[in-house]
Amino acid sequence: MVAYLFLLVAWPVSLVAINTFADGPGVLLGVLADPDIIVALRLTVVVALVAVLVNTVFGVGVSLLLVRYEFPGKRVLSALIDLPLSVSPVVVGLALVLVYGGRSGWFGPALEGAGVQVIFATPGIILATAFVALPLVIREVVPVLEEIGTEQEQAARSLGAGAVQTFRRITLPAIKWGVVYGVVLSLARSLGEFGAVKVVSGNISGSTRTATLVVEEQYLNFNQPGAYAVAFLLAMVSVACIVVVAAIRPRGNR
Amino acid sequence: MTAVAVAAPRRSTLTRSAGLGLGVAMLWFSLLVLIPLLAIIVTASQGGWPAFWAAITNEQTAAAIRLTVMHAFLVTAVNVVMGTVIAWVLVRDRFWGRSVLEVLIDIPFALPTIVAGLVLLALYGSDGPFGISVANRSSAVFLAFLFVTLPFVVRAVQPVLEEIEVEVEEAAVSLGASRFTVLRRIILPSLAPAIIAGATLSFARAMGEYGSLVLLSGNLPFQTEVTSVRMLGSIENDNLPGAAAIAAVLLVIALAVIVTLDVVQRKVSGRGRG
Repeated sequence: MVAYLFLLVAWPVSLVAINTFADGPGVLLGVLADPDIIVALRLTVVVALVAVLVNTVFGVGVSLLLVRYEFPGKRVLSALIDLPLSVSPVVVGLALVLVYGGRSGWFGPALEGAGVQVIFATPGIILATAFVALPLVIREVVPVLEEIGTEQEQAARSLGAGAVQTFRRITLPAIKWGVVYGVVLSLARSLGEFGAVKVVSGNISGSTRTATLVVEEQYLNFNQPGAYAVAFLLAMVSVACIVVVAAIRPRGNR
Repeated sequence: MTAVAVAAPRRSTLTRSAGLGLGVAMLWFSLLVLIPLLAIIVTASQGGWPAFWAAITNEQTAAAIRLTVMHAFLVTAVNVVMGTVIAWVLVRDRFWGRSVLEVLIDIPFALPTIVAGLVLLALYGSDGPFGISVANRSSAVFLAFLFVTLPFVVRAVQPVLEEIEVEVEEAAVSLGASRFTVLRRIILPSLAPAIIAGATLSFARAMGEYGSLVLLSGNLPFQTEVTSVRMLGSIENDNLPGAAAIAAVLLVIALAVIVTLDVVQRKVSGRGRG
């Protein structure tokens, strides 16, 4: 079993670091000096931060609705929320193009008439990223909300606290680690999205090309060291995310 | 999302502000997810059933679908066995380096898929240390699927396994049950829903996988081209209806997956949601 994991995960992943620094740190520094790659890295970070922020607000809100309230259609909503996890990223990209595409999309031409370009621009990349990472916060927060129950919230309300105050002082501290966990997972997923972004971004160097698209482009242009260097940066962040999650997990459920 | 645990009478308990919140959330969810996915179904069905059928039975498309389904099944089968074994070892055995393994399991989930493809290529590509090359072969598809689906069964089974009480097993053994009987009669039945949930997610993930195999498989039509690559080809050739037809097939599979999960989650409590 250890051999299986070693051959499938540990060894291949360690090769990113090895291949990146095979010729010294020069390649990595060279990559960081390329203005187009800097633009790509910055775009990736901005997109990921916006998508994570949106998904966190949406996720915590929907989790509260799903756990604390009864309403018709709740079971359907609860099941549909998971859909982004089982849909292909290319399907996500295509779906967004069909609705927001500037030429023939359902809403695209109207939006472009109003001066908002979605597809082949940053908003489209943000939508695609938000789509694929949508359920991650909810999947972490819902079980925690169910576990803490409503007694403390009810006590706070009966002592005269308002809805906002109860949320801020009672609920939020209780679900804090679930939220953090969901945010970290969403961040890792958002920084690394590739397929959906490839379809909606247009992949224009120095403008809508994200870091993952740079990896592909560098590799296909036979610049393997460049591909490894950017891949190394991305892998560092995602491994860091996993380690953070592993570190905070014991306080939560495991 | 194990929200509806009790079959309570269905009446709304929304306050006015919660109702407003639900409205805003549904609006965003519709704009982001539901309407775009609906657009796929609408676009795929625009030419009627014959056009849809022609699009997905196009020789190259059918070959891609067959290849993807076959490898998704194979990989899921491997995951059911290996995932359960890995979960078992992580829960029942205490050994040095266990926390490192925990981190390793989650890496495929967090690692960007294109990076996953690159690292697999480094080890199993033509320049790799083994001198074997899966590049441009259908085994590349298998390998990429295996990598990205690794965590699903493990993470679904693990929490359930943690809750099974060792006392029950000991009681069975003391009553004369063999280890095999204990496994078959006590452990596997309680793990089954979690294994199914993990297997379903793993199958769905494999069916739609793109990033990790795009560099690895060479995307050769009829040989290593999977559905996602075929779809992207159609999109790039401006054949959106053709792409939407394949996407509709994948979407139906994705819907079947969440229905399965919804049914299974009723049997698995708490975090055992994969």
